[in-house]
Amino acid sequence: MTILSTKNLTKSYGKKTALANINMEIPRGRIIGLLGPNGSGKSTFIKLAAGLLVPTAGEITIDGDAPGVDTKAKVSYLSERTYLNDWMRVSEIIAFFEDFYTDFNRIKAENMLKDLNINPDDRLKTMSKGTKEKVQLILVMSRQAQLYLLDEPIGGVDPAARDYILNTIITNYKEEASVIISTHLIADIEQILDDIIFINQGELVLSSSVDEIRETHNKSVDGLFREVFKC
Amino acid sequence: MKWYIDSDRPIYKQLVEQIELRIISGVYAPGDKLESVREMAMDAGVNPNTMQKALAELERMELVFAQRTSGRFITEDLKVIEEAKKNLAVQEIGAFLEKMKKLGMGRNEILVLMEKIEEGEKDDDHIKH
Repeated sequence: MTILSTKNLTKSYGKKTALANINMEIPRGRIIGLLGPNGSGKSTFIKLAAGLLVPTAGEITIDGDAPGVDTKAKVSYLSERTYLNDWMRVSEIIAFFEDFYTDFNRIKAENMLKDLNINPDDRLKTMSKGTKEKVQLILVMSRQAQLYLLDEPIGGVDPAARDYILNTIITNYKEEASVIISTHLIADIEQILDDIIFINQGELVLSSSVDEIRETHNKSVDGLFREVFKC
Repeated sequence: MKWYIDSDRPIYKQLVEQIELRIISGVYAPGDKLESVREMAMDAGVNPNTMQKALAELERMELVFAQRTSGRFITEDLKVIEEAKKNLAVQEIGAFLEKMKKLGMGRNEILVLMEKIEEGEKDDDHIKH
């Protein structure tokens, strides 16, 4: 039932250790918040899971396999920065995704674009930062993946669209799929999370369910985060 | 109807309370079919697993029952609903008395004040009519 598992996962960039000895098991059917201050190793973790980085030591597996061609078919990844070509129209990017991923659902994507009033004939370069983010998230959530890796998915979008996107995340993933969301906007996403993982300076600090935190600490995950990572 | 989730208590508990209140106040009538977990989760803006947990708790409280193929329903047992209502009233009154104690209000003082307020409401009704 595990979709992602790590053993002593370590990543260093030269002398700097970005992640140190991370051990975790992520079951299917969960929405997990990967939380930590800036520079804590969140993006490194997501990039390792997406197969964009290779571990320095230890291992990470997705559905039993090391990240590679097979796992990329099962993982839908939203990167921090856009990798889409600016001159393309949304409709062209959709065709591109449809070609590339067998699990891509065009109708779903088109419905979401309509809901968010995005014209498929518009080119990316004419769009605001927030609208670009919405387009990317729509593309990523329109795949029937087993693991969604969302690196800072809601940073630039307005609160109303944020609610829509969170609802999209809740309703779109299948029960055997899991979603990992890295963010520092904890209060906004707390209600849709099952579990949270706190990382700090490359180390796993806490992993717990949201309701467990509220039960034992009598405060929200956001409140606990502010306390643990007080500057 | 809107859902209110505050930040420092377990989310599933708050869902249990709010669904319970809807049952007691008749928003959900006895025998009503509930929407699917996913639809309810989306409506409340919460994780489906959390909504599932809340509904399981309501089942345990016998306010809700599941029928294997056709979904979840509100209990038709009015006694269970009446009991829940009474329990909730006892809790609310307990909390109220606790607050009044903090304000230094004695039992008689509270009663006199309550009567006064009730009369005030009646007077208002007269004016309106």
